[in-house]
Amino acid sequence: MEERRHTSKQYETDLQEVKENLLYLSALTQKAIEDSIQALLDRDTDLARKVIANDALIDKLDDEVEEKCIRLLALRQPAARDLRFITTAIKINGHLERIGDMAVKICEKVALLNEEPQLKPYIDLPRIAEIARTMIRESLDALVSEDVELANKVRREDEVVDSLNEQIFRELLTFMMEDPRTIHRALLIMQISKTVERISDHAKGIADMVVFMITGQNVRHQWPAAEEQAPSN
Amino acid sequence: MKQRANNRDVGNSHNDDFGSDNIIVKTRRVNFYYGAFQALTDISMDFEKNRVTALIGPSGCGKSTLLRLLNRMNDLIDGARVEGEVLFEGMNIYAPEIDPVEVRRRIGMVFQKPNPFPKSIFNNITYGPRLAGVSGKAELEALAEQSLRQAVLWDEVKDILGRSAMTLSGGQQQRLCIARALAMKPDVLLMDEPTSALDPISTAKIEELIDELKKTYTIIIVTHNMQQAARVSDTTGFFYLGKLIEYNATEKIFTNPDVKQTEDYITGRFG
Repeated sequence: MEERRHTSKQYETDLQEVKENLLYLSALTQKAIEDSIQALLDRDTDLARKVIANDALIDKLDDEVEEKCIRLLALRQPAARDLRFITTAIKINGHLERIGDMAVKICEKVALLNEEPQLKPYIDLPRIAEIARTMIRESLDALVSEDVELANKVRREDEVVDSLNEQIFRELLTFMMEDPRTIHRALLIMQISKTVERISDHAKGIADMVVFMITGQNVRHQWPAAEEQAPSN
Repeated sequence: MKQRANNRDVGNSHNDDFGSDNIIVKTRRVNFYYGAFQALTDISMDFEKNRVTALIGPSGCGKSTLLRLLNRMNDLIDGARVEGEVLFEGMNIYAPEIDPVEVRRRIGMVFQKPNPFPKSIFNNITYGPRLAGVSGKAELEALAEQSLRQAVLWDEVKDILGRSAMTLSGGQQQRLCIARALAMKPDVLLMDEPTSALDPISTAKIEELIDELKKTYTIIIVTHNMQQAARVSDTTGFFYLGKLIEYNATEKIFTNPDVKQTEDYITGRFG
């Protein structure tokens, strides 16, 4: 059913702008993750430094989105779906900004790793990072298309990332036990993996808020069952 | 065709299955007509004691008509006709043996435009009780003080009770009208857009008053101001074209209403 427009065109425009800003922020953070892993794979410290510098743009946009949302709360006294959208936007904004910070942390570790020979081929790390990046993209898709099932799919993916992270830890542990000279590099790689796992947690947080926005239900502290039915509106 | 009880046919006005002790007023399948025009369709609502219920909806939706129906103010309109039942403490107020004046004492009303009598402040309060048979200077003075205190007006007028009510400000006049209604010791207070003619500070004072009054009275308020409905009420009924579209806890209505039409209205996506 076509959504009715608000009586005030300006208000409708303002809401749309917040949505677009979030999509742009999501694109920036996905690129940051992609580039940080590329910097790891290519041992490219320059690329890592570029990601770190670009975080300033993410921070600036985060401030702008938050200001817009607070302004809307003050001036429009939104109710129901508008209220849920704006409070969701504020939280998603926070998650995306933190994800940007995590891409910076990854790049800091990459710069350190590039000062030593590569420990091992990176197979699982790019995999885990790609899953996390897809989770961010799909959670924002779910916001725009108001798709509860897609949001719940993202929420389930968090567990996959958690398992993969543990796998990476176990593998690196065997390296460290066999040869203490690998400890420094193994710990750096573990930290990168842990950071990606935290990115995935934030992406799940975004998906939780999307479910709240669509259904009004708070699922933040729940984990979806394997085949969860979408709650009805 | 659904069966409707014509109020004139109700012989036994007492409803034995009154139900929960908490419900003070009920409407049962009420239809209301101004001549040939049907203003309300099939309205069934329970109003809980010591709660504030807001009635919202666009102009012409029937919310003020329903309010006036609850204390038989519509009786004064030519061509007005009610079907169904309006139960107050289990009794149908439209039953033939019921005195509408007594109904209006138990279910008082405050209107949009303050309408004090052109009398002194004191006589405004005591006029109704004196007509009802209250006499004795001390008793009337005590009643006036109690009512004015309940309306949070006593401190402002205690030294000028003899002055004309017309010299009071709009907000004070409205609180005087509330005190006047309270002097009749009602159970229910109906308020038809009580603050729409007042400034923001007077409005805030009256909203504060409503919050205080609900400890003792049941309040039903019609308002165009949705933020006011959200601030003061416990439950909200949304009306459209004479029908009750949704009736729910106020928090639910304003965060996650069940019906799309309700959401469209409260988010301003109406019309």
